[in-house]
Amino acid sequence: MEYVISVLLSGVSVGGQYALIAIGYTLVYGILRLINFAHGDVFMVAGLMGIYFTATLPVSESLPLVVILTVVLGFTIERAAYKPLRNAPRMSVMISAIGVSYLLQNTATYVTGGQPMTYPSIPFLSNTIGVAGTQTKWVVIITPFLVLALVFALSLLINRTKVGMAMRAVSKDFETSRLMGIRINSVISITFIIGSALAAVGSVLFFTNYPAITPTAGAMPGLKAFVAAVFGGIGSIPGAVIGAFLIGICETIIKGLPSSWDVSVFSDAFTFALLIVILIFKPQGLFGEAATDKV
Amino acid sequence: MKEKKISFQAFICISILLIFVIILENISMIFPSLPQIFAPTSPLFTVLKKAAVYSLVAVSMNLLNGFTGLFSLGQAGFMLLGAYTYAILTVPSAMKEQVYYLFGGCAFEFSLLDMFEGIFGSAGFGGAVSMILACLIAIILAGCVAGLFAYFIGIPVLRLKSDYLAIATLGFAEILRAIFQWQKLGKVTNGANMIKGFPTFSSFNITDASGNTVLRLSTFVPFLISALCILIIVLLIHSSYGRAFKAIRDDEVAAEAMGVSLFKHKMLSFVISSFFAGVGGALFAMYVANAQAKAFTSVMTYEILLIVVIGGIGSVSGSVIATFLYVACSEWWLRFLDSEQYVGAIKIPLLRNGFRMVVFSVVIMVIVLFFSQGIMGNREISIGALFKKRTPRAERKQ
Repeated sequence: MEYVISVLLSGVSVGGQYALIAIGYTLVYGILRLINFAHGDVFMVAGLMGIYFTATLPVSESLPLVVILTVVLGFTIERAAYKPLRNAPRMSVMISAIGVSYLLQNTATYVTGGQPMTYPSIPFLSNTIGVAGTQTKWVVIITPFLVLALVFALSLLINRTKVGMAMRAVSKDFETSRLMGIRINSVISITFIIGSALAAVGSVLFFTNYPAITPTAGAMPGLKAFVAAVFGGIGSIPGAVIGAFLIGICETIIKGLPSSWDVSVFSDAFTFALLIVILIFKPQGLFGEAATDKV
Repeated sequence: MKEKKISFQAFICISILLIFVIILENISMIFPSLPQIFAPTSPLFTVLKKAAVYSLVAVSMNLLNGFTGLFSLGQAGFMLLGAYTYAILTVPSAMKEQVYYLFGGCAFEFSLLDMFEGIFGSAGFGGAVSMILACLIAIILAGCVAGLFAYFIGIPVLRLKSDYLAIATLGFAEILRAIFQWQKLGKVTNGANMIKGFPTFSSFNITDASGNTVLRLSTFVPFLISALCILIIVLLIHSSYGRAFKAIRDDEVAAEAMGVSLFKHKMLSFVISSFFAGVGGALFAMYVANAQAKAFTSVMTYEILLIVVIGGIGSVSGSVIATFLYVACSEWWLRFLDSEQYVGAIKIPLLRNGFRMVVFSVVIMVIVLFFSQGIMGNREISIGALFKKRTPRAERKQ
């Protein structure tokens, strides 16, 4: 019983961390129709920055710095790699995203020397606490609440503010909203800024609970978060969050199954199996709107 | 008449290339005083072998992405299938105990190599015949397994549009990688460990009775197989099927309206592309002399995709040229960036392990962003142009 609770707890927390990345995917896809392959690597870079800053600065200064610099990184990537291709075919933008991902991974390998880096223990978050008879870290408890608070703030932003209205308009129809006087480029930049900031927060939560960061550590959480976004219906924030929690919980359950079954190699594969099933049976996802093809 | 002449010229060109490779490979044996670069261990031959293998995979990806407009990212998965099929079928029975020692032997006792050696003998000319037959059949089967698998995943996946197709094929490749690393299948796939001991490219070097190499063929073999496969792909692209593929790429709706069966042709292109990716995977296993699931990650697919982009999406010759440039740069010409260099007494800043890949990815980004046509765009090097200086425009159009 205690084991089940600890598995479920860590599942919920992993899910929350995926949710923070998934929001970045779903916002960007909703607006640009682009799978931002570099998003997972932005997440990884945020983790590495966390390591380097906490080595020299106190935590209270370094964490905000991580968020700010990740936002700058996300903004720069959009301006440098995606904006020039605004009128190019969609595939070119996706190839550009893959190129950025390759660049970030190789740069991370160069900077770290390819060694796995251990994430510093952050006061309070790394402390352990006893819940229902199991020992766990504070971060596991805090993550779901923090995620829900952030999602609530984000939905306020999207549904109640002018910027949010512009974002919704752009995701509905790119060309028309441009004609209505919406500055497309600043809306897209804001989308990337929100996505990167959430990824930075997610990286702090994720890597606190994770043994080490390698240059490829972002790729897999990134892809899983994307699957979560597809599962929930791309463009829908609640959908992405629910999808992420589901994937996080299922994945930890698979990892926690008896080791004699030896199925833990399938924890990643499960996510993709889920993706394929959802694409075949309900391509618009749980809360997505069915798109109609215009000839 | 003209078609015939061009294929004859292509045949001559490929033959000249292959003969040139054999001479290049063996020249150091005839003239031992030649520079180090011609020695069999020089990076030149590593590059040539790897590029020959990769160019086949790049062209197979281009068939799908560039000529049919299906954006698939499953290439590494199909290579994995090919590599494992080849490895499992050709490991000699005598080696199996040693390779599968963690699992107490292999569940699959059959080996093509042993079968043919039983028929033709294992020494001398008979040994050569059985080696060639075993490898050839295993490579073809490797392609068939990849193609068959592509057929099954194509049924659901090919209904998806552009980027969903990409992510679904990527997902299938990851699932395959997990299955092949599953310890429960260890008796067949050797779990997460590598399979080795099967014939590699250097097994094709001809040795005399005392074990000295008489004729090196280890670079010639991948060139021969890749050239043949690429030739088949080119012929396919120029056939009526190829024209249907291009019609689908340019406009699906228009193609369907003109009577091109979308699903059938997409499936055909997907299966053929995967077949050659499987062959490429078998060749890759021969090149690295082992088969291990963790080598076939999505990074490998990205790498091949970037090669295709550099060469020009929709150009076979572009893909081949880009592969040789890419592999030569990453394995040889840019190696110096990875080690510390001194000019006089001053150390050049930044150079240390890993810098090569950073420079490399920056170059790739520049190509993607500013030279989106790549090296060749969608043009081809025409062999006719090499023979004739100038073709009148009207004639070329026919």
